[in-house]
Amino acid sequence: MIPPVEHILNIRNVSKIYENAGHKLTVLDQINFSIQRGTTVAITGPSGSGKTTLLGLCAGLDRSSSGTVSLNQVDLDELTEDERAAVRNRYVGFIFQNFQLLPTLTALENVMVPLELRGEKNIKKHALDLLDKVGLADRSGHYPVQLSGGEQQRVSLARAFSNQPAILFADEPTGNLDAETSDKVIKLLFDLNKEAGTTLVIVTHDLDLAAKTNRMIKLKGGVVVADLDLNHG
Amino acid sequence: MKMAWRDSRKNRSRLLLFMSSIILGIAALVAVYSFKANLQRDIDEQAKTLTGADLIVDSRRPLSPAVKALLDTLGSKRARERNFVSMVYFMKGEGSRLVEIKALNGDFPFYGSIETKPISAAKTFKTDRKALVDHTLMLQYQAKLGDSIKIGNLSFVIEGSLESVPGQTGLASTVTPVVYIPLEYLEKTGLTQLGSRIQTRYFYKYQDVASVNRDLKRHQQLLDKEQLRTETVATKKESTGRAFKNLNQFLALSGFIALLLGCIGVGTSIQVYIKEKLGTIATLRCLGLKAREAFLIYLLQVAVIGLLGAAAGAFLGTALQFLLPLILKDFIPVELSMGVSWAAIGQGLATGLIISVLFALPSLISVRNISPLNAIRASFEGAKPKRDPLKWLVYLLIIGFIYGFTYLQMKDAIQAFAFVAGILLAFLLLVGQSQLLMLVLRKMIPERMAYVWRQGFANLYRPNNQTMVLSLAIGLSTLFIVTLYLVQGVLLNKVEVSGSGSKSNMVLFDIQPVQKEPLVKLLKTNHLPVLGQVPIVTMRIIEIKGKTAAQYGDTAGKDKEKSMLRAFRGEVRATYQQNLRATEKIMEGKWIGTTPEAGTVFISLEQNYAAGINVGIGDSIVFDVQGMPVKTKVGSLRSVDWNTVQPNFRVVFPAGVLEEAPQFHVFMTHVAAAEQSAELQAKVLKQFPNVSIVNLDMILKTIGSLLDKVNFVIRFMAGFSMATGWIVLLSAVMSSKGQRLKESVLLRTMGASRKQILTITGLEYLFLGFIATAAGIILAVLGSWALAVFALKSVYAPEILPLLVFLVVIPLLVMLTGLYSSRSVLNHPPLEILRKES
Repeated sequence: MIPPVEHILNIRNVSKIYENAGHKLTVLDQINFSIQRGTTVAITGPSGSGKTTLLGLCAGLDRSSSGTVSLNQVDLDELTEDERAAVRNRYVGFIFQNFQLLPTLTALENVMVPLELRGEKNIKKHALDLLDKVGLADRSGHYPVQLSGGEQQRVSLARAFSNQPAILFADEPTGNLDAETSDKVIKLLFDLNKEAGTTLVIVTHDLDLAAKTNRMIKLKGGVVVADLDLNHG
Repeated sequence: MKMAWRDSRKNRSRLLLFMSSIILGIAALVAVYSFKANLQRDIDEQAKTLTGADLIVDSRRPLSPAVKALLDTLGSKRARERNFVSMVYFMKGEGSRLVEIKALNGDFPFYGSIETKPISAAKTFKTDRKALVDHTLMLQYQAKLGDSIKIGNLSFVIEGSLESVPGQTGLASTVTPVVYIPLEYLEKTGLTQLGSRIQTRYFYKYQDVASVNRDLKRHQQLLDKEQLRTETVATKKESTGRAFKNLNQFLALSGFIALLLGCIGVGTSIQVYIKEKLGTIATLRCLGLKAREAFLIYLLQVAVIGLLGAAAGAFLGTALQFLLPLILKDFIPVELSMGVSWAAIGQGLATGLIISVLFALPSLISVRNISPLNAIRASFEGAKPKRDPLKWLVYLLIIGFIYGFTYLQMKDAIQAFAFVAGILLAFLLLVGQSQLLMLVLRKMIPERMAYVWRQGFANLYRPNNQTMVLSLAIGLSTLFIVTLYLVQGVLLNKVEVSGSGSKSNMVLFDIQPVQKEPLVKLLKTNHLPVLGQVPIVTMRIIEIKGKTAAQYGDTAGKDKEKSMLRAFRGEVRATYQQNLRATEKIMEGKWIGTTPEAGTVFISLEQNYAAGINVGIGDSIVFDVQGMPVKTKVGSLRSVDWNTVQPNFRVVFPAGVLEEAPQFHVFMTHVAAAEQSAELQAKVLKQFPNVSIVNLDMILKTIGSLLDKVNFVIRFMAGFSMATGWIVLLSAVMSSKGQRLKESVLLRTMGASRKQILTITGLEYLFLGFIATAAGIILAVLGSWALAVFALKSVYAPEILPLLVFLVVIPLLVMLTGLYSSRSVLNHPPLEILRKES
């Protein structure tokens, strides 16, 4: 059945099984859900429940052992790694717990990378605008090692939005930040998301952060144990 | 110690890389040292078979009755050999070849043996008109036992093939193969006539060494007066050892260069290792570890791994030394035995340990400055190294060590200084080149350039780049390998330039005056040009500046006068001519082409020869020309181009003096093809058995095969440097692999395609490889140019094509190594690597 247009992500019977020395470990088991375009979703669960694995499958960073993952109507399981990379570049943005900035690039260059990979030209102004939005216009020439954790995550936010993604995946975006900085980063994330109309999928332990989204999918032992609508109206 | 062991657990692969950097260098050194030790032992043990006798007396001129009488009384057993160069003619195959004829009587060698096939031939050939012929010569002319050869007017039956002669190397027998005949038949060959350069060697056996020394002491004065050269087992041992000094020096320095390259690997691996350990060290410092203790933990790790690397190298080197004798056997006159040299292993272990610690020290001493604050924040500013005066001390120690080691090999302070200065200069130039490259790239990359190109180039100057280290590893390896290649080219070129063109390529010598006319006729009927006829008169110097050898001998305290004594020794081969030849140029004085009757004879001397015997313009020299004294004055000094195929002379007389003296002639001609050459040789030898022929093509071939053997040795040693250079390259690439991998995975996550990742990585390494290789080649060209022009006094014209091949192949190898290290990014899903990285 063709998924409804408003669903940007469709997960059908997805399982992920790791095999090690003949021993099978099922990390995700028969997961099913869809995410509407423009909504915000939190995936929560205890450590080892399969949250990051699920995020990786949703974003096309890994292949499922069975089932289908469809992103923006593109069936990711059918694609080669290069084709999935092209999908990511076109539709997906990422924010990581440990920021994952390229250490050899300046803040500005980090923000420009997704667009440069697309071969777009004259993107410096756009990247500087984004840095300005996250309050780091004056640090554009700094390397990651010269920035604090909060600043690095703000650069990471600017980078995530730089290619105007259809969907943004954030993996524990405040996991490495103190409470005050976390609040600032989360506010920025939601503001930018609202402005861009992007679908946001956050993997987090933090229930307060999860509560800020429209929907919460709870995982435990690799299966969905709850799928809550948190629509705040 | 426990902490050092525990701490190394997770990063042993990094330490293994460091270890592998020195293995080959140490292996090369241990192999060379073992070879040297074994060779010295073999020379000591086989010294008597090198000479074959306890005492040898050499003479190149007729002996006085007093000396003759003396020589007949020395030793308990005697033998005599007369040797000279002449043609041998293979009667069945109709081939001829210039060989060294050794006419022997007595039971020489008294020690060791002349090895023949069949074994009995070494003794039986002396019983009749029989000969022993060099085995390669027999193969070359397809001669068999029982065939006949002709030497001069006499034919001999081949009694055996000569496998080896005491004290002669395989190489020497390739240049002039030996033919033994019984001494009693020498006169009848007709080759002992005037003009033939015959050396007579008297061999003596003694009961003990003391008797040899006693006899030498007693008769030294007489032997010196008659200018006879003596050789004993002890002097032979010394001279053989000295002959191999250069070879051993070359081998040891080649090994050392490989080791120095490895040191760059050591420095790089430890630098990255310590960087990775920054957090651990800071945490330990928080827990109360003192700076000195932190330093000791890592010093201990480096020392242990260095020692393990050295041990592996020593093991490999000990195994490799079994290869060296196979490669060098043609150069060595003794039978090589192989064995484990514990001294060589000890030296290797000590060198490995010192080098590991020394080259790791610049990184190790920075451990003392790591602040505990780094545990809290990795980017803590204090982590940046301050100027540490200890580092300069370490650098000085490193330079001191390189100098000390080089000096130990060369035993010459200036040569060692030049070697170290050369390496240091190359090092500094390559560092400068890499800094300049980074600066230029940073300023010059246009923003409009395609992203992957920009990213690839930018990786070369961005933080944590490996540009300098890779430039050094690639540049120095290239420099060493290309220099060896170019110098070898210069040597070959030097030989080939002399033989090119339609100039003479065949020289006929020992032509008697009566043979001149018929020989010219023979050449003409064979349509061969006579490109030159040169008369040669043999003579001896009997007086210089009014003093005889004996008078100089009395004042022989001074070096200058001593050097003049040399002039009286041996024979002078002079020519006479009216005009100078194209290869001669007057440098001082004036050339006077004819001497009026009863006028002063103004001769011309080659300038270096004149300097060697300490005479100048206007000095008088009296020659003994076959018993007739001829008074002369030095009228001019000439420079002579010796690199030409024609006889050149140190002493030239004007016309009008020597025309009536006993003389022989040399003809030069040009033959186009090998068949023509063989045909002429056969005809000349049949008609004029005393005339010898040198074929330049054959000489070139012989030199070529000689150089091939030398090349192989050079390449074998350069191989260590090449392999180490590659390991250092691999180690540098692997050192930055973690960072490159992380970057590539992130780019992959953000949508970079396989092609984009490959292009970025490939461009980075290809460009760096290209620039460093080009720098290495430029330095090698400059170095080999200097060597060719100043040391070898040769024309320098390097071939461009092989340099281009280097310029393409080395960067490609660098690129493939870089791409190989990135393959895991392409073969695994990004999430898998991201998880590992985090």
